[in-house]
Amino acid sequence: MAVETGQSVTKAAGTPGARGRGHRTDHKTPKTPGRLRRALATHWYAWSMVAPVVIVIGVIIGYPLGRGVWLSFTDADEANVERTIGVNHIPATYEYVGLDNYRAILGDGLFWDRLGWTVLWTVSCVALSFAIGLALAVMLNRAFKGRTLYRTALILPWAVPAFVSVFTWRLLFNERSGLFNELLTGAGLGRISWLNDPAWAKISVITVNVWVGVPFMLIALLGGLQSIPAELYEAAEMDGASPWQRFRHITLPGLRSVSSTVILLSTIWTFNMFPVIFLLTRGGPGDATEILVTYAYRLSFVISPRDYSTSAAWGVLILLLLALVTAAYRRALRKQGDTW
Amino acid sequence: MTDTTSHTPVGTEPPAPVRKRGDRGPLASLGLHLTLLTASVVAVFPPLWLLVTSFKPKTDAFDTSLVKDFTLGNYGHVIRDTDFLSWLQNSLIVVGLTTLIGVFVAATTGYAVSRFRFPGMRPLMWMLLLTQMFPVAVLIVPLYNLLADLGLLNQPIGLVVTYLTVAVPFCAWMMKGYFDGIPVEIDEAGRVDGLNPFGTFWRLVLPLARPGLAVTAFYTFITGWAEVAYASAFMTGEENLTLAGGLQTFVNQYTSDWGALTAAAVIIAVPAAIVFGLVARHLVSGLTAGATKS
Repeated sequence: MAVETGQSVTKAAGTPGARGRGHRTDHKTPKTPGRLRRALATHWYAWSMVAPVVIVIGVIIGYPLGRGVWLSFTDADEANVERTIGVNHIPATYEYVGLDNYRAILGDGLFWDRLGWTVLWTVSCVALSFAIGLALAVMLNRAFKGRTLYRTALILPWAVPAFVSVFTWRLLFNERSGLFNELLTGAGLGRISWLNDPAWAKISVITVNVWVGVPFMLIALLGGLQSIPAELYEAAEMDGASPWQRFRHITLPGLRSVSSTVILLSTIWTFNMFPVIFLLTRGGPGDATEILVTYAYRLSFVISPRDYSTSAAWGVLILLLLALVTAAYRRALRKQGDTW
Repeated sequence: MTDTTSHTPVGTEPPAPVRKRGDRGPLASLGLHLTLLTASVVAVFPPLWLLVTSFKPKTDAFDTSLVKDFTLGNYGHVIRDTDFLSWLQNSLIVVGLTTLIGVFVAATTGYAVSRFRFPGMRPLMWMLLLTQMFPVAVLIVPLYNLLADLGLLNQPIGLVVTYLTVAVPFCAWMMKGYFDGIPVEIDEAGRVDGLNPFGTFWRLVLPLARPGLAVTAFYTFITGWAEVAYASAFMTGEENLTLAGGLQTFVNQYTSDWGALTAAAVIIAVPAAIVFGLVARHLVSGLTAGATKS
């Protein structure tokens, strides 16, 4: 998943690299047709192989994205978009309003509230699932009896579709007679309104998301651990390095490329995690567990009248935030000497 | 990665709680197994509880005991009295198509970016990474309109195309990593034997990449099987729903038929678990092939 490709691939199929040549194909010189033909002749294999992806993504993401950005600069809502009622076709009457939506959103405490919780949600989910996944992966990464059994059990949550798991957790969290509360009262303690108390609801959604997320971390990190040469550990052991020192100076550096990738990916996924929150609490109680994405969804599909333009503006802001985080993260990695 | 309990050249008995490679006394061993056992129970318990609950009579859904009156009533109810079978059919069509097309497209893309240097490659790689970031919220309304214009609402094909855009970018990354691990000498040998790049890819490289393909198939399958937001926005009318959308009708603000829900959830989880079981062996190598070499 690293961005840099290996150097060896250049010579793979005999296609000369466009990089490293003195000229680029997009230069507008009189020779363009010939050059274009030459580029086509050399690269048409590669281009035809990636064409389906480029076309599908271009149409299904490019167009809606452009349109979403455009909508965010208008005052479109359910009442003024183009629609057909019976046989009557009513044309769109929404108008361009410039940055009004953004101004309204950023000037409102609601957005900052939601952003604060979204950041807290993302950071705690990613940190917890990474830490737990790493601890379990380290334990599983050696020979002992029952290892395969443990591994299978630990990645089981991945085999269950997320929405099924979420419903199961709702069953367990049920306030009146869910298993957790039955156990609590059985132990002589009071019930907890897991999903109806703002603080507990936050803890509950994070718990469920960590439970859902650990298997991916575990698998990825286990793969990373297996690629660290055993000789390194043997040498360190000979030198009398303590287990902690070996973990600190061999395991962690050896896992860097894997962990930087999974942390980035799971940050993006968690930030946009829709099903867990939407199905567990619907963003409630009140809006205590509403993250940016579920709120934007609510604006355009739940409330009435549906507010398309504001929802689109929220979406654009989410995208900008993520792009910013990614760029900063990669810059930080590069500064530490990572290759991608 | 061998067991080192037999030789202790340096007297480094690890302080108990730090469980790392190296010498492991009985106490550390016990700790290791206890921790893993606890974690396994936490991982397995919710699905297990779901299974147990599905065999209880509807009225006992919240009973904390194990099954008292074993019944298959919930399953019968779900299959006979609800639209479950049409949801299942919808889901199977959508997910089957998505997986087939997705695996193929991800493989060709992954192969192209792994083996060729071509103009537009870097932007393409960036695009694949960026699509991971697009929030459902910004796409869903315009996409809804687009599908409505094309007459694809309530049509499986609309969802298939949507899921492809979700699954393929990540899968292409994975496949690229996998192809990077296959020696280029194989391609060269194919070309010497007179195969063109397509032939090399199809006849030589693809068969070698089977574990990677398995993981890609699994990921694509799970993406479609478990997706909620697009499915509930684009499919309306009871009989057009997919499983994810349909399941929500059992438990909402007005009704809560936990018996039906649990039975349906079990039926949904079983195929996923089977597919998972088939590819589990390859998951570690397939998923991280790319990540481990940068």
